[in-house]
Amino acid sequence: MLSIHLILFLAFAAVALAGAINLLAQTHPINSALSLIAVMAALAGEYLLLGAEFVAAVQVIVYAGAIMVLFVFTIMLLNAGVEERTKGSRVAVIVGIPGMLLGSVLVSWVLVRHSGTESVTVGVIPGQTNGWGDPAVVGKLLFHEFLLPFEITSILILVAIMGAVVLASKPPSTAAGGPPKEVKD
Amino acid sequence: MPIWLYILVSVVKSAVILFVLLTAVAYTVWLERKVVGHMQNRWGPTRVGPFGLLQPAADGLKFLFKEDLTPPHVYKPLFLAAPLIAVIFALTSISVIPFGNTVTLYGYDIPFQITDVNTGLLLILGVTSIGVYGVALAGWSSNNKYSLLGGLRASAQMVSYEISLGLSLVGVLIMAGSFSLRTIVDAQAGHFWGFIPRWNIFHGQFIGFFCYLIAAYAETNRIPFDLPEAETELVAGYHTEYSAMKFAMFFMAEYANMITVGCLATLLFLGGWHGPLFGPWYVQALLPVFWFVAKVFVFLFIYIWVRGTLPRFRYDQLMAFGWKFLLPLSLANLIATAIAVAW
Repeated sequence: MLSIHLILFLAFAAVALAGAINLLAQTHPINSALSLIAVMAALAGEYLLLGAEFVAAVQVIVYAGAIMVLFVFTIMLLNAGVEERTKGSRVAVIVGIPGMLLGSVLVSWVLVRHSGTESVTVGVIPGQTNGWGDPAVVGKLLFHEFLLPFEITSILILVAIMGAVVLASKPPSTAAGGPPKEVKD
Repeated sequence: MPIWLYILVSVVKSAVILFVLLTAVAYTVWLERKVVGHMQNRWGPTRVGPFGLLQPAADGLKFLFKEDLTPPHVYKPLFLAAPLIAVIFALTSISVIPFGNTVTLYGYDIPFQITDVNTGLLLILGVTSIGVYGVALAGWSSNNKYSLLGGLRASAQMVSYEISLGLSLVGVLIMAGSFSLRTIVDAQAGHFWGFIPRWNIFHGQFIGFFCYLIAAYAETNRIPFDLPEAETELVAGYHTEYSAMKFAMFFMAEYANMITVGCLATLLFLGGWHGPLFGPWYVQALLPVFWFVAKVFVFLFIYIWVRGTLPRFRYDQLMAFGWKFLLPLSLANLIATAIAVAW
């Protein structure tokens, strides 16, 4: 029996998979970036089906709306052209594809065997209580029970930002406020 | 409510709201031409209909019948998709905006809103952030240096000011404790000392409103932040290569965004549909919608007033203002609100 949840799950999954395959197949970076946005949006739909509306909204705002805008911005700024075609690496064919298949079989085996339930039902989370993905509940979890991991993550991101600033800043001789050097093309 | 009635009511509400929104977009353009005209000692549109009131219809017909050029050097799929992206996401965000109280009709509660979701504000922010792609892709796919510069400026500016915009809203969210726009408005009911309305703008969020106002001007690419289409340096910016209905779609998207921003300002800072209620029951049922529309109108008038008053910023001024002044100010407002609420 196809429930509306399952139909929607399959539809979003199809969009995500098609976007991911298109991301690899396209030769122009901007088309690949746009496919990635489709994948992100489809994943947001899957989060919504799980009842996590806050995570879904954040997925769209942060990934599809902010990070991918920067991707597209960089591609536009550098005017990146069509990438060149290669015949593909032999390692990918011999090791990569069998390895990927093995990995996905392993993950699904573990999920089906050890999740505590015999069959996995889509759209119902085991032990789910009401208001599971509510913004207030997510906020309480983040700032009460998982405060330390949350703060450590924020420090990690801060370090990454500072590293980017250091790498991108001008050498000290020009940044020290002296007369501007001759601008070269 | 049976399911078929629910679907029928939703379809009717969507159709009515879309019709009203598109009409409002057309008449905002008329209002802008008229008001800016009077500010510059001109008459504005006067020829088509009384006070030029039929001018939007004439403009629409002109856009429909003009030749729709697609220059040969553009990247076609994205060139065609960009105006659609811009206008679709600009119109989508109206779906979670409540215009008034719930009315009871034949025993059913019908809210003046297409749908009430408990993350309504986040949904609007998400849809707005996706709308950036319309402008950015239009600039890139036109394959024209002016368009590209306009698209780059637009995406840099919108990403920068989105942070201040989001932070200026958090103060209101802390005070209401919800993302649902209906709950946020309900938290602003009542008065101080019996006569000052308990709107957030009078309730410690004046700086938040100020930050929101400025960031919203930048988000909608309006003067004094209209660098993406600065005609003195970039011809017309990202829509240089667009003509006829495709150009009109960018135009509609810009004005629809202005109206959405005005609705949000009304809901978050100006008390939504709250206002004095009087008269018989049918007047009382419609007065909230009237107050809401009046507040949005005031906001749009300020938009046009600013356009008639201020010159355009330089690009470095725009970036420095956004990052060095507006962002710290909205952060300070957020921290002050948090301390005051926790007290």
